[in-house]
Amino acid sequence: MRLKFNASSLALVAIAMLSTSAFAADDAVKIGLVTRTDSNPFFVKLREDAQAYAKTAGAEIVAITGKTHDDAAGQVAAIEDLTALGVKGILVTPSDAEALNDAIAKARAAGILVIALDGRVSPDSAVDATFATDNLQAGVLQGQWVRAALGDTAPRVALVDGTRGTVSTRERHDGFLKGFGLQEGAPEIIAQQNISNQAEAQTALENFFQKDPTINAVYTVYEPAAVSAHAVTSALGLAGKVAIGSIDGSCDGIKAVADGQVGATVVQFPGKMAELGVQAIVDYAKTGTKPSGFIDSGAVLVTDKPFEGIASQNSAWGLKNCW
Amino acid sequence: MLVVPARPDVAAKADESRLAAWGKSLRGHPLVGPALALLLLIIVFSFASDRFLTATNVSLVLQQTLVLGMLALGQTLIILTAGVDLALGAITVLATILAAKLAVGGVPEELALLLAVTLAITASTLNGWLVAKVRLPPFIVTLGAFTVLTAVSYLLSGSRSQTIPKGFLTLLGQGVSIGGVFVSWGIPTLLAAYALFAHILGNTAWGKHIYAVGDNPDAARVAGVRVERTLIGVYAVAGLLYGVGAWLSLGRIPSADPNAMANIALQSITAVVLGGTSFFGGRGKVLGTLIGALIVGVLRNGLTLAGIDSLFQDIITGILIVATVSLDQYSRRRST
Repeated sequence: MRLKFNASSLALVAIAMLSTSAFAADDAVKIGLVTRTDSNPFFVKLREDAQAYAKTAGAEIVAITGKTHDDAAGQVAAIEDLTALGVKGILVTPSDAEALNDAIAKARAAGILVIALDGRVSPDSAVDATFATDNLQAGVLQGQWVRAALGDTAPRVALVDGTRGTVSTRERHDGFLKGFGLQEGAPEIIAQQNISNQAEAQTALENFFQKDPTINAVYTVYEPAAVSAHAVTSALGLAGKVAIGSIDGSCDGIKAVADGQVGATVVQFPGKMAELGVQAIVDYAKTGTKPSGFIDSGAVLVTDKPFEGIASQNSAWGLKNCW
Repeated sequence: MLVVPARPDVAAKADESRLAAWGKSLRGHPLVGPALALLLLIIVFSFASDRFLTATNVSLVLQQTLVLGMLALGQTLIILTAGVDLALGAITVLATILAAKLAVGGVPEELALLLAVTLAITASTLNGWLVAKVRLPPFIVTLGAFTVLTAVSYLLSGSRSQTIPKGFLTLLGQGVSIGGVFVSWGIPTLLAAYALFAHILGNTAWGKHIYAVGDNPDAARVAGVRVERTLIGVYAVAGLLYGVGAWLSLGRIPSADPNAMANIALQSITAVVLGGTSFFGGRGKVLGTLIGALIVGVLRNGLTLAGIDSLFQDIITGILIVATVSLDQYSRRRST
């Protein structure tokens, strides 16, 4: 019994040594990827594409995710662990603009290239570079389309915003107002609410239209809310009379555009962010060159009701490029 | 002229006895407080917006309260046993995801629902077993279940919402139009569930056992109540209610969303406590919970109609919770 126990421990040690030497022999570039949460297909797509791209680029991804959308503490721990592990570079989708800065600074001091994906940190110089959707621009595109869809009708706008206090929520909101040509607090804004899931969005929209059934334009921060906007307006017999816009580019969202439930949405590209990020770290490992500044991974308006002067793609294109 | 000096001590005593009587009468009629609070809100909001007290809006508030109402009914049963259920939202969401996945995968919708409800009952019964047999605190058991089941929901759904077509699974969101006012089948479903459990708790042996277990499990055991069996039974029945809650949820939004109901455990506790049920078990009425859930729904709807920031809903709800529990504590102290 004792002998058997020892033999199996030896086997374990041998396996451990083999795998260590396998790692040592392997010169794959190790890349840490810290996403916000697996509870959002956006981050799942980002991770999957990063892993797929890393394989072709001869790199290896060590992926860690936060526990929730706003788990800054979990992300700090992840960056510290990856620094200790000695990865070549870290890709992080920051859950907070400032909370990660200390951990990032320590990683950079250890010679690790740190790139923010999907969102900014403050100041921008806290990371080597940022590859993200310009959420303000995405909001502008939605705002321009919804304004154009109203034509000569006087606007009566309802705003369904995302989680209170996050950077992307604010940028999309500000961008929409800018693209639409409205000031914050303008009388044309009939109702506004922050939501964190589709049920909350639907309840908010029902109450908005109960408050004022003359609302004719709805901004939504993401596509499930836009689908609810369609459900609520249809139930009131207002289908087709309310311009509904959104942002994200999920495949369900694009389908809603193709079905005519949602007027337009703005697609962002998590796969592109992942590809740019992995490539940058592989380049850094090979040549020592570092990227810098903000690099826009793009935002494209998708609609089957295009307007002159607003660049867009149709839903068929959207279905090929959704996540 | 004779001047009668003011006697503050006497006045205070009279006040105190009046308060005591008030406290006693509140204890005798536990639904009066919550009902008055709801009535007050309705009056205030009907002045703030002329659209508030319309039949359409009343129907809307009811539909917005269906899922919370059904889950809070299960929460009431568990709190009456001096427990608490933090997992009810996670159980319900998992049931919606299972039902939607199965239905979209080609399983007949009736069978998909049956399996989802079975899952909800199983999960909650397991919680009950851990509470009753392993003697773990309900807070810990359901916190663990919440954590595990939330993760399972994300795994099973691939973190994506699953949209389902109209059919049996969305039945409770369909309904009839009465004089232009839409009444979904969910509304009579919820009211029937409350009527049934009001009857069960008030008039059956099992109902009395629930109160006894919550009030004092040792005394209940001495009196011949099978405490463990009662506890497990309560969690199982709550699981059934969560299963029906999942059905209501799919009726309201034909999509199983793994991000849904993140706050519903706390909301359901809010509804239960606002409804006058003691958080310490053994005391309370299910109809109070219905009123409590309506208070939550009316606040949300009324403040939006009045154009007030939704954060004030949370502020008012929080104050109401503390005020209600203070009242509960006060009436309890005066009457003992």
